[in-house]
Amino acid sequence: MSIFVDETTKVVIQGISPTSQGLFHGLRNKAYGTKVVGGTNPKRGGETIEGIAVYASVAEAVKETGATASFISVPPRGAADAIIEAAEAGIALIVCITEGIPAQDEALAYNRLVQEFPGTRLLGPNCPGIISPGKCNIGITSGDIALAGGPVGIVSRSGTLTYQALHELSQQGIGQTTCVGIGGDPVPGTNFIDCLAAFEADPETKAVMMIGEIGGSEEERAAEFIATSMSKPVAAYVAGVTAPPGRKMGHAGAIISGSQGTAQAKMDALNAAGVAVAQNPTECGEKMVAIVKGLG
Amino acid sequence: MDLYEYQGKQYFARFGIPISPGGVADTVDEAVSQADAAGYPVVVKAQVKVGGRGKAGGVKLAADADEVRLHAGNILGLDIKGHVVKRLWVEHASDITKEYYASFTLDRPSKVHLGMLSAEGGVEIEEVAVTNPDAIAMLQIDPIVGLTEEAARAWVDRAELDPEAREQAATLLVRLYHCYVEGDCDLAEINPLILTPAGKVHALDAKVTLDENASYRHPEWEEFADDSDVDPREKMAKEKGLNYIGLSGTVGIIANGAGLAMSTLDVVTQAGGEAANFLDIGGGANADVMAAALEVINADPAVRSILVNIFGGITRVDEVANGIIEAISRVKLRSPVVMRLDGTNATEGRALLADHLSDRLIAEPTMLDAARHAVALAQA
Repeated sequence: MSIFVDETTKVVIQGISPTSQGLFHGLRNKAYGTKVVGGTNPKRGGETIEGIAVYASVAEAVKETGATASFISVPPRGAADAIIEAAEAGIALIVCITEGIPAQDEALAYNRLVQEFPGTRLLGPNCPGIISPGKCNIGITSGDIALAGGPVGIVSRSGTLTYQALHELSQQGIGQTTCVGIGGDPVPGTNFIDCLAAFEADPETKAVMMIGEIGGSEEERAAEFIATSMSKPVAAYVAGVTAPPGRKMGHAGAIISGSQGTAQAKMDALNAAGVAVAQNPTECGEKMVAIVKGLG
Repeated sequence: MDLYEYQGKQYFARFGIPISPGGVADTVDEAVSQADAAGYPVVVKAQVKVGGRGKAGGVKLAADADEVRLHAGNILGLDIKGHVVKRLWVEHASDITKEYYASFTLDRPSKVHLGMLSAEGGVEIEEVAVTNPDAIAMLQIDPIVGLTEEAARAWVDRAELDPEAREQAATLLVRLYHCYVEGDCDLAEINPLILTPAGKVHALDAKVTLDENASYRHPEWEEFADDSDVDPREKMAKEKGLNYIGLSGTVGIIANGAGLAMSTLDVVTQAGGEAANFLDIGGGANADVMAAALEVINADPAVRSILVNIFGGITRVDEVANGIIEAISRVKLRSPVVMRLDGTNATEGRALLADHLSDRLIAEPTMLDAARHAVALAQA
């Protein structure tokens, strides 16, 4: 099994046009075997772009195609509205790769989703998307670096390190059930714990690889969840051990986070939760491979 | 983008938050005329984007023009934690009955806004947070609802501000919240927020961090642009639209994505080297961006080798390869380049580069191999 997506997931690409990023990656997703059932563009309803039927709105696309997921790569100023449009149309999974959405817009859109559209899951913004190898690929991940068949679930906060994680496992012949890039923005729609819980519940996922990075306290919270609620083994890497300290102003961050936020604090928390913590992505892959082989 | 205190105060003023009368000065003479206009006594304050100004001698009280001359002369040019003071803020000195603390920021774990208010403001607020956390009244604010006058009143009561300050403080907090939301701040902080013997509440300091992702809807932010303090390497990178942070090592680094760039720094350190910079060329980087990145790194005299670590997703490796080819034809690179290229269109990218490989342009199959090779070349 996979989490959040599978071979029945029907995807609509929001804001499609002949020159859009959405078209480039949407066509790649389609070529991978993903059921890309249409695109939306208020000015191009009724057109067909490179074999993809365009609808004027997400609501229309859902009505005509039964789309269950949407892919958003529109520029930052329209992205929050695009998220809400998808939710209003009843989309169950929204994948938003847009980078650079103002934090105030993200906070507002996230809270609207939680309160008004509890049935909708947002992945991102500023994430690479989600791939369940052999079944469905929504986003910008290159499908050929993933390997079908499981047994590892991957969750990552960093885009390019998501690819690195897939690559490390695939090269060793270890497949993935689902790889989720949650994105590194201040208000991610889906967080580590959502993914860890889903992997814990997924019978085909036997182990989880987690990639974090400095800042915030999501990794510390994930460590707490792993310690209390996970039976499956986890290997992790946190990027930024040697990162230059930011030029911080004000006291609010320090008051909220205390010593949290550094790579070391995150690694210590994960270690204490029984996670196999690595110093770099390659070592993380090696630790995951050893864990999987140990499962027999 | 962090604002200087005077910019933060000017930003606050737009949202109706009371501040002390004052003005900026770049010279001793300007400081005196600002002091004359503000009314004595005045406070002469160094404008630097770093904490601990007072303890470093960057904030002085002056009773008259002669004292302004003395202090302004001492503070201008003062080095505060590596920041040289070039500008002063001179404002009328306030009598202080009580110092409070107030701020708004995003509460990342709960994904709502977080207000913090304390009757024990001042320089030791971080210590208060540790030793007496109950003295800070936290308020989670749903972005959909916002901060109502009613909620603000209950909040100042809970924080136990002095009774005569509460009505004014509640009004001020609502305005600060508007500044934080409509002004697209990541942080809007007042420490101290003061109560005067005359019973007035106003902001004596301003810490504002703007969310640069929102700059498209704030043309007025252009006046805040400031590169006076910036590393010349960072200035050049910024002009080329690159996300660059200068460091002190010898291995120049170019990677796509902040996570991979940080991870590249990590592996260079683990391989025994030291990075000369952090450079994330971002998602969707094309040949021009790659060429610009190489030019910026090439301009750093400390760099002995260049490590290019690309895992294509939205970035296409063939575009990156074209950028490298263009850069080596356009600029004479002083240092050898070690590349690791994977991901979207990697096969096409590697094919493009095949004819250009030499002992100055080296391809390695993995990130670790590339880091080790680049470190070895930097130390050769």
